[in-house]
Amino acid sequence: MRPLFGPAPLLPGFRLALGCALVYLSLLVLLPLSGLAFKASQLTVAEFWAIASGERALASYRVTFGASLLAASINTVFGLIVAWILVRYSFPGKRLIDALVDLPFALPTAVAGITLATLYAGNGWIGRYLEPLGLKIAFAPPGIVVALTFIGLPFVVRTLQPVIEDIEPEVEEAAASLGASRLQTFVRVLWPALLPALVTGFTLAFSRSIGEYGSVIFIAGNMPLISEITPLLIISKLEQYDVVGATALAVVMLIISFVMLFVVNGLQWWAATRHGARAAGGARR
Amino acid sequence: MSDAALRRANAEPRWLRHLLLAVGLGFLFIFLLLPLLAVFTEAFSAGWRAYLRALQDDEARSAVGLTLLVAVLVLPLNVCFGVAAAWAITKFDFRGKSLLITLIDLPFAVSPVVVGLVFLLIFGAQGLFGPWLAANGIKIVFALPAIVLVTMFITLPFVARELIPLMEAQGKEEEEAAVSLGAPGWQMFRRVTLPNIRWGLLYGVILANARAMGEFGAVSVVSGHIRGETNTLPLHVEILYNEYNAVGAFASASVLALLALVTLAAKAIVEWRMRRETRMLTANLAAEQN
Amino acid sequence: MSIEIRDIGKRFGSFVALHDVSLHIPTGELVALLGPSGCGKTTLLRIIAGMETADSGQVLFAGEEATHVHARDRNVGFVFQHYALFRHMSVFENVAFGLRVKPRRLRPAEAEIRRRVSDLLQLVQLEWLADRYPAQLSGGQRQRIALARALAVEPRVLPLDEPFGALDTKVRKELRRWLRRLHDEMHISSVFVTHDQEEALEVADRVVVMNQGRVEQIGSPDEVYTNPASPFVYQFLGNVNVFHSRVHGVWAEVGREHTAAVSAGEATAFVRPHDIEIEHRPVAGSLQATVQEVHAIGPLVRVELAHDSELIEVELTRERADVLALAEGQQVWLKPRQLRVFATPPPLLEEGGSGI
Repeated sequence: MRPLFGPAPLLPGFRLALGCALVYLSLLVLLPLSGLAFKASQLTVAEFWAIASGERALASYRVTFGASLLAASINTVFGLIVAWILVRYSFPGKRLIDALVDLPFALPTAVAGITLATLYAGNGWIGRYLEPLGLKIAFAPPGIVVALTFIGLPFVVRTLQPVIEDIEPEVEEAAASLGASRLQTFVRVLWPALLPALVTGFTLAFSRSIGEYGSVIFIAGNMPLISEITPLLIISKLEQYDVVGATALAVVMLIISFVMLFVVNGLQWWAATRHGARAAGGARR
Repeated sequence: MSDAALRRANAEPRWLRHLLLAVGLGFLFIFLLLPLLAVFTEAFSAGWRAYLRALQDDEARSAVGLTLLVAVLVLPLNVCFGVAAAWAITKFDFRGKSLLITLIDLPFAVSPVVVGLVFLLIFGAQGLFGPWLAANGIKIVFALPAIVLVTMFITLPFVARELIPLMEAQGKEEEEAAVSLGAPGWQMFRRVTLPNIRWGLLYGVILANARAMGEFGAVSVVSGHIRGETNTLPLHVEILYNEYNAVGAFASASVLALLALVTLAAKAIVEWRMRRETRMLTANLAAEQN
Repeated sequence: MSIEIRDIGKRFGSFVALHDVSLHIPTGELVALLGPSGCGKTTLLRIIAGMETADSGQVLFAGEEATHVHARDRNVGFVFQHYALFRHMSVFENVAFGLRVKPRRLRPAEAEIRRRVSDLLQLVQLEWLADRYPAQLSGGQRQRIALARALAVEPRVLPLDEPFGALDTKVRKELRRWLRRLHDEMHISSVFVTHDQEEALEVADRVVVMNQGRVEQIGSPDEVYTNPASPFVYQFLGNVNVFHSRVHGVWAEVGREHTAAVSAGEATAFVRPHDIEIEHRPVAGSLQATVQEVHAIGPLVRVELAHDSELIEVELTRERADVLALAEGQQVWLKPRQLRVFATPPPLLEEGGSGI
């Protein structure tokens, strides 16, 4: 029988390790974040509200959330297909492609930003085919969606992969042997198993997209009210020495971050209790 | 059930498979491969000579130097924090453990721009400690210390996040055995724990390194963009790009892209090693059941 | 070296793992802590080894206070149920570990380490595996290496936590006889935890039967089996027929005559299946029953009989069964050769109660 409660006194270093971890975390994360709260507390509620719900701020939320939602949705659909083919099908270069899926985690966002901007510009490899059709992507709101799709791509794939690997072939065989068509098997057997991971992957991609800055600013065009994301608005307020305004917007973003963190934890707990712990171990970066 | 029948029960019709493959690979081609190709194509668009000249530029070299310096300063601290946090969380029971795990995840959720701003508010000229720092001639914001601090914040979760599930799975019996055989704490850690977690640790370091060298948003807020002084490589890319120096921007970007590719390769190798060790461990369990 | 446990208490949150347990282990004995899972036996073992601290009470090694001595300094060679071999070290390095981590002034020279490790590997008959890694060994081999590793530090006490628990039946039987022989050679006070009564009865010099954090009985294997001190021990060790005085007045009254303590009220009688005599004719103090089924199992014949609605199990030798020539549906009379009566109702057994 294992001890259930209370620290085991046997292994050394508990106090030292926990102490170091807490000090590091407090100095680096908690203290600075409470500094933000302190700065914001110097604002009255009315002032805060005036900044947080200003015309430009509201437009920036619309752009940020709209583009993030769209990008995460695109990633959910294509991420499911990519995860499926990477687990279930075999094709040449599969392992290389599998490794490449993490590129958006590894590639600095500034590099992604200038590259996507160049690709989708009117004279770029992709833009030159889309512009004649009247589709302006770079330096317009659709560009933001493209950048965020790139950034969020690994989340859905990496969350789904272990779940698909874990589905026992016997389950599908059982469904088939009971007379279900492939479509029925997918809808009734596979879909419920995949759903928690899909929702988790979507949420991870979405929450990463909301805060994204580097890859977006190069391709967005950054026109106030039209293609200006909230992080950029914070920067431009800073550049105008409007620290108070930047702080208020940062608080709004921080609250959203906390909510998203809460939602992601809840979802991973849900996925873990429904389908074993592996669903929760997926992509986090 | 025969093999053929098994395959039929588990597989989509041929046309659907081809469609899924085409759509999935097409998506990856457009969103991953094309950008990667574009970086290098743009970098070499004016020829080898222009590429090399762009990289030999003084400012580019100092940006590379600063980026490396930041990584060298940040990673050891990150490793120490990750190991300490994982040791406390996985080998002991205490109140508030899940809160601690959530806090470790927090930096992943905060926008880099907000991270930068937060440090500006504390150490900046109008910040909490700003006047005191200025009076004592200590420069943090728009200098190396702030760049290091935001990078520490951004990369905080990587090593801990890798180690926690790994050490959780390994349990604490080996350490207990070492102690019962008389090993002092440091010997136990060095001879038993460290060899068991080395690949997970390396994995975390690889990911943290990629992020540390590539971070843009947070660093851009606190660096001040002083050329040749506080410009990291990603910031250098931005400046050149905004000056319409495409070759220069993409030359530097190609260095970072190369770093990303090396990261992916190293990651794949470590993953392979870890899978091999997991297989050894599962062989362990199988033998126990026999 | 002798071990003295005095009034050890331990709780985990609101769960009481040990209620004031006292126990004496004489030098050189092989003692089994036997009980169902959750009875506190592993906790007691870990407290002896210093891997867990007791909330109250004392542990004495050779008469010396050892309660607060750290596991590192207790010089006990703990053997884990799942071996806990260092997976990144070869078998040789695993066994050498305890010697290599000694402070420099106590550490033997390299040649001495090599000699001692190869002696130990010889002792456990696995010298040929010295360069292998734990993952390449079978379960039985791993357990023997774990034992060699524990012996390398010349422990004063050897605690073993379910040492054969993870092995299959055949290997388990071999290994426990081997452990017995090894113990007779080394003469280190050893304590092992098991939930397998057969293992405890076969290997140990002394068996400590535990239940719900308390010691139920301490005695030689023969004592605890033939003369159980409590209903729990009766039920945990071997098969037993249980008779309530209300239902089986005759037998309970028979038993009561011999048991002064149980004079009035409800009583329960315990009789082993092989302690019941079957007769064709009624005799004094016998119980009438109907033969339901007769199975020959190896050297024994097992007879199931019904008394009213209750089932009674009797074991006979083949010779006796041949003489009786029982047929299904036959009326017979049962007389206990030996039985015990307890006043308290027997506790419900959750697991591990039947066997042998």
